Amino acid sequence: MPYTITVNGARRTIDVDGDMPLLWVLRDELDLKGSKFGCGAALCGACTVHLDGKPVRSCVTPIAAVGAASVTTIEGMADHPQGRRLQTAWMALDVPQCGYCQAGQIMSAAALLAATPHPTDADIDRAMAGNVCRCATYPRIRAAIKQAAEGA
Amino acid sequence: MNAIAPAASRRFFLKASLAAGGGLLLQAALPGAPRAASSAPVAAQANEDAALTAFVRIAPDGTVTIMSKNPEIGQGIKTMLPMVIAEELDADWKDVRIEQAPVNAAAFGRQFAGGSMATPLNYEPMRRVGAAARMMLLRAAALDWNVSPDECTTTPGIVHHAATSRAQPYGALASRAASLPVPDLAEVPLKDPAKFRLIGKPMPGVDNAKIVTGQKLFGIDVTRPRMLHAVFEKCPVFGGKVKSANLEAVKALPGVHDAFIVRASEANRAGHAEGVADGVAIVAKNWWTAQKARGTLKVEWDEGPAAAQSSTGFAQEAARLAKGAPAASLRRDGDPEAALANAAHVVEAAYSYPFLPHISLEPQNCTAEVRDGRAVLWAPTQNPDPGIALVAATLGISQGSVTVNMTRCGGGFGRRLKNDMLAEAAWIARRAGAPVKLLWSRQDDIRHDFYRPAGFHFFKGGVDANGKLVALTDHFVTFGRGGTTADSAAMDASEFPAGLVPNLAYGQSMIPLAVPTGPLRAPRSNALGFVFQSFIDELAHAAGQDPVEFRLALLGERRVPARSFFRTDRLRAFDTGRMHDVLAAVAEMSGWKDRAGLPRRTAMGVAFYFSHFGYFAEVVQVTVAASGEIRLDKVWIAADVGSQIINPSGAVTQVQGAALDGLGAALGQAVTIENGRVAQANFDTVRPLRMNQAPPVEVRFLTTPHPPTGLGEPALPPVIPALCNAIFAATGVRVRSLPIDTAALREGAASL
Repeated sequence: MPYTITVNGARRTIDVDGDMPLLWVLRDELDLKGSKFGCGAALCGACTVHLDGKPVRSCVTPIAAVGAASVTTIEGMADHPQGRRLQTAWMALDVPQCGYCQAGQIMSAAALLAATPHPTDADIDRAMAGNVCRCATYPRIRAAIKQAAEGA
Repeated sequence: MNAIAPAASRRFFLKASLAAGGGLLLQAALPGAPRAASSAPVAAQANEDAALTAFVRIAPDGTVTIMSKNPEIGQGIKTMLPMVIAEELDADWKDVRIEQAPVNAAAFGRQFAGGSMATPLNYEPMRRVGAAARMMLLRAAALDWNVSPDECTTTPGIVHHAATSRAQPYGALASRAASLPVPDLAEVPLKDPAKFRLIGKPMPGVDNAKIVTGQKLFGIDVTRPRMLHAVFEKCPVFGGKVKSANLEAVKALPGVHDAFIVRASEANRAGHAEGVADGVAIVAKNWWTAQKARGTLKVEWDEGPAAAQSSTGFAQEAARLAKGAPAASLRRDGDPEAALANAAHVVEAAYSYPFLPHISLEPQNCTAEVRDGRAVLWAPTQNPDPGIALVAATLGISQGSVTVNMTRCGGGFGRRLKNDMLAEAAWIARRAGAPVKLLWSRQDDIRHDFYRPAGFHFFKGGVDANGKLVALTDHFVTFGRGGTTADSAAMDASEFPAGLVPNLAYGQSMIPLAVPTGPLRAPRSNALGFVFQSFIDELAHAAGQDPVEFRLALLGERRVPARSFFRTDRLRAFDTGRMHDVLAAVAEMSGWKDRAGLPRRTAMGVAFYFSHFGYFAEVVQVTVAASGEIRLDKVWIAADVGSQIINPSGAVTQVQGAALDGLGAALGQAVTIENGRVAQANFDTVRPLRMNQAPPVEVRFLTTPHPPTGLGEPALPPVIPALCNAIFAATGVRVRSLPIDTAALREGAASL
């Protein structure tokens, strides 16, 4: 059935089954490939997007559950105050190795900074433990979050 | 005009020509890279065919385009090798554009990411290419100005003649340079490393801006017009066959275009472990629809003989084999039995490690179009050349009819050296008659891997009254058949400490295996480092010696011992002095001597390992709670990979990542075989390291007068034994099997 959702500020209508996860709506229906598929079970965080600013795992979020919530993806992060600073810090500190998880990492970090502008190491551990980086760039992710926080 | 100049080697030459649209086009042909990348350390045998290994274009507008020929899997090659060319060319980095080269073995030679080979193979040749290009630009300017080239100099992107205050940008000189004779690559002068502007300076990855904004880069992001999406259900038991499937019920589902049985390919039956396996493909309008249809799919399998295999059975068989003599001797020095009988202290220990998956975060995938006898594929592969051969064999077409486009890889770790997903996608796309993107689920990825092989080591070691290691024996029970070990399941006769212990015997027995195996980051070393450096630690304690001092004594004087580590090869020769120095360095960095002052249940462990030409010594500090829970406090790493760290930013992150990768595997990863199938399926049971577990990793590179070597792998092997040795120091419990069982640590930790 048709669903109308707001993605990065734009209204988008798609005709899919209600149990189709938001991740696959974004990737296959709307051609927004920045959100990544890693596990399909909310275990790796590669698919993290924001619903009304809160981080969710889009691989287990059915499209029917999105409703009127505003969806923000990595493609919309340049317009997000914390997102832009995080992207800059990510590049300055050369965080990515393979890069596959980094969209999800930035989405989780943006939600963290929005709620906690100056996070402690323990805050970072809590907010980021759901995002796997298989290349284990964790030291630089931590440093980049702190650098972005300093710019707040 | 074209000019070809022979260089020092007849197979090493440079070709210059006028680029389309003007400017200078340089193509360097060098002895090719190794042919085989399926096992590591990759044999450094030279390909006899000349192969184009560098491609540089300088356009009239000054843009310098450098082709990056190897796959990018996160190792940073796409940034690192262009830096080397740009340095000697004296290019301005902001003018440099990097393009992923097409897969073309005839033009580029072997294109692969494996064995940490890119640096040792390419560092000096790429410098020479850059230097030759600079020299041609310099000569072009000198001709224009009617002065001697010796009077001309360069600053980034510009040639100068100081005496007359003249200057010309590279772009303006490029077309003229293309008509000049090319310099002799062997003779072209190289920069004094003290004057490097790019090499040795931290350089961020060239794709970072695209990565952090979510642009399409990876195989999973590929789309084609009219593209359909596929899943492929294979038998959970390796080698199993489809008896029947309810295809009609699946095809009746909305959005499903087709469902069909795929038969194990000729390539598979001919012994290519990577060929297409039996299974059922579902093709649908989008991936979710195809994946969801698996819930309706019912397949009756003929599981075949592999269903009788299990990890428990392997362990029992290994224990049984260990009671007898090894089936084969790998090495025998002195008289180990007599030496053990006379030793002051004898230690006996059985070690084991599990099968491991690769779990690259991007699940395996490939997009394929097969039409009119031609196949075009888009694939995140580490090893495209064998992929072309496999697809050709699978479809029964010529290799010339197969094109593979490399995408960025969302992690490799050795998994993408195998090309099974390419063969599957091609098979399914041909049958579907449309472009198809095949994407595996995480369950598919964990259950159909080429696993790091499990293994079993039965050690005896003896130290004399002075605490010197006098005897060591290892009965290695591995997997294989008919005298041939399974992929990545072999041990070299030169494995450390061979050559340094007077009485030593390595023997080997094998268990037949139906589980596919293959290289995982630091193949073989990632397991052998654990067992040998842990057992050496046991011997140090038996000798009543400090683990660092015991190891320094074992290394002995600075030398390259006879019959040790590949003595015939300059890079591979094991130099005890280089290892001594990294060990001493890491002891100093970590405050090893003062570790007695650490709190209760907090301790350090040390280990070293030589692999991929790199010397790595590492200290791990852990705190073990009374519950047995392990906290990683810190890791210190001292490394010697030669005279030059090319990109310090990439180098440090590779070393940190490799060490953290090893820690994650030791703490939370194993694949267990039950009834011929893999018991684990996702990241809840195969646990990658997470942010809240990751300790700081301090890295120091010792620069030594040796050729620079690679960093993708060698930091991994020593971190696991360093962790296990730290756990022993903290709890008195010796970890002899992986992954680490924290319940087993509880008793030791609680008693302290």
